[in-house]
Amino acid sequence: MRDLVIIGGGPAGMSAAIAAYEQGVRDILILERDESLGGILQQCIHNGFGLHKFGEELTGPEYAWKYEQKVRELNIETKCNTMVLDITEDKVITATNAQEGIFQLQAKAIILAMGCRERSKGALNIAGSRPAGIFSAGTAQKFVNMKGYLPGKNVVILGSGDIGLIMARRMTLEGAKVHAVCELMPYSGGLARNIEQCLNDFNIPLKLSHTVVQIHGKERLEGVTIAQVDENRRPIDATREFIPCDTLLLSVGLIPENELSKAAKVDLSPITNGAVVDQDRQTSIPGVFACGNVLHVHDLVDFVSEEAEIAGKAAAAYIKGNTGKKVEIPVKTDGKVRYTVPQVITVKKDITLYFRVGSVYKNVRVNVTAGDKVILSRKRPKVAPGEMESVTIKAELLENVESLTVSLEVL
Amino acid sequence: MEKKLTCIVCPLGCQLTVQLNGREVVKVEGNTCPRGAEYAKNECTNPQRTVTSTIRCENGGLVSVKTDRPIPKEKMTECMQLINKAVVKRPVAIGDVILSDVFGSNIVATQNKP
Repeated sequence: MRDLVIIGGGPAGMSAAIAAYEQGVRDILILERDESLGGILQQCIHNGFGLHKFGEELTGPEYAWKYEQKVRELNIETKCNTMVLDITEDKVITATNAQEGIFQLQAKAIILAMGCRERSKGALNIAGSRPAGIFSAGTAQKFVNMKGYLPGKNVVILGSGDIGLIMARRMTLEGAKVHAVCELMPYSGGLARNIEQCLNDFNIPLKLSHTVVQIHGKERLEGVTIAQVDENRRPIDATREFIPCDTLLLSVGLIPENELSKAAKVDLSPITNGAVVDQDRQTSIPGVFACGNVLHVHDLVDFVSEEAEIAGKAAAAYIKGNTGKKVEIPVKTDGKVRYTVPQVITVKKDITLYFRVGSVYKNVRVNVTAGDKVILSRKRPKVAPGEMESVTIKAELLENVESLTVSLEVL
Repeated sequence: MEKKLTCIVCPLGCQLTVQLNGREVVKVEGNTCPRGAEYAKNECTNPQRTVTSTIRCENGGLVSVKTDRPIPKEKMTECMQLINKAVVKRPVAIGDVILSDVFGSNIVATQNKP
C-alpha cells in the first residue's frame, strides 16, 4: 500500500508531489513514462515561463528543473520509463517498466497528472492525398528542439494555437520559410504576445477565417490550397489560393489525455474532456484527484503548478483522513462561459473559479449568480477563448447558496 | 505620432498606445505594469528580443540555450548563425556560458546534459 501515487512527472505531477510532501506526506511515488521528469516542458525551449510563479522569465527546461531539483531534494521517489496501463476505481494501479515487468500498486490516494495531447482533427477533414510532411506542431517541436532535425523548409501552419505560433518563429530562426498561419476562427487561439513576437517580428501573415481545403503531393507534400471561410466556417471557393510548401503543421488545440481516468470510471466533462472536480480538484472518486492539463488545458504552466498545489494539499488531507464533503453546490455556466473548474463546490471556503468563454467578447461583466441573486460581478475589457479567466468568491458569499451560475453580460 | 503595440513582456499581452514625438516616447497608455511602459520605450527606440535555440553536443545530442539577456532585434539572425556554428561538449549544466559576448549577451545552457 502506497500513500500517494502521482501519474505523470511533468509540471503538474512534480508540483502536486511537493505540495503533498509539505503537508507531511512522505510515502509519495511519481510514475513517469518518459526517460526524465519535466513532461512537455523539456521540448519547450522558448522563454516566457515562470513570470507569474517566480517573477522571472524562464525557458521550459529551466522551469522544469526548478521543480525537479526540489523533488530530488525532498527525496520523493520517482520511476521514469514507467508506463501506467490501468487504474481501477479501488485505486489499484497497474504499470510496467523494463526492470520490474508488469507490477501493481495499491494507493490510498492518486493524483492524475498525465497532461494532454495534440488534437489531430484538423487533418481529418482536409481533401487530398496524405503525403509525408504533415506534422502536429508539437511533433515538429520535438524534432527541432530535441532531435535536431528540421522537418521542412517551406511551411504552412494550420491553427493559431500557441505551439503553432512558437513553431513559426522557431522554424524561421532555423532557416525555414513560414508562408502563412491559417486560423479557421476570426480570432487567434494563441496569446497576443506570441502573435507579436512569433509572427509579426518575422512578417509571417496570420490569415484569420482561413483554412486548408486541400493537400497536394504524393510522396512528399507539394503544397496546400487555402481558402477564406464564411461566417458558417464554410470555405469560399472564389478565395482558393495554392501555396507551395513541403510541410504543414497542425496546431488545432489540445485534448486532456484521460484514458486512465476513463478506466478508473472517473466522471468526465464533455466540455473540458477532463474530470469533473470539486474545489480541491477531487474527482467523482474519493481520493482520486486531477490537476494540470489532464484536467483542463491551461494557457500557462504557472497556473498548472498552482492548480497542482491545490490537488497535492487536498490529497494529503485525504490521506490523513481530513475529508468531508459538507455541501454540494453545482457550478453551472450560461453557454457564453463554456466551462468552469471546479464544476462543483463541496466546502464553503474562498473559492477561485477558473473559466473559459466560447467566443471573443468586449466590455463584459462576469456575473456569478445564486438563484436569481447576483453575488459577484466583475468587469472585463475583453475576454477570449484563448485566455483563461478567473473570479474568486469569498466564503461568506456562499452562505445559503444551493447552486451557482457563471454568466457573461455583454455591456 | 501614435503607435500601437502588443506588449510581449508577459502573457497578458497588453495593447499599448505610444505617443511619439519624432523618435522620443512622450506617453505610453494601456500598460498594466511599469514593465509595459519600459517595453514600449525600448520597442520604439531599440527593440530587443531574447533568442532561444539549441546547440549541438559533439558527444551526441543537443542542449537548449538562450541569450541571458535580450539582444537587439535586428541581430537575431546573426545570433542564430553563431549558435548554429557552435559545438559544445557534454556534460553541460543549466547556466553554463557556452558563447560569451554575443551582441551584449552570453549564450547560456538552459538544460542539464550529463
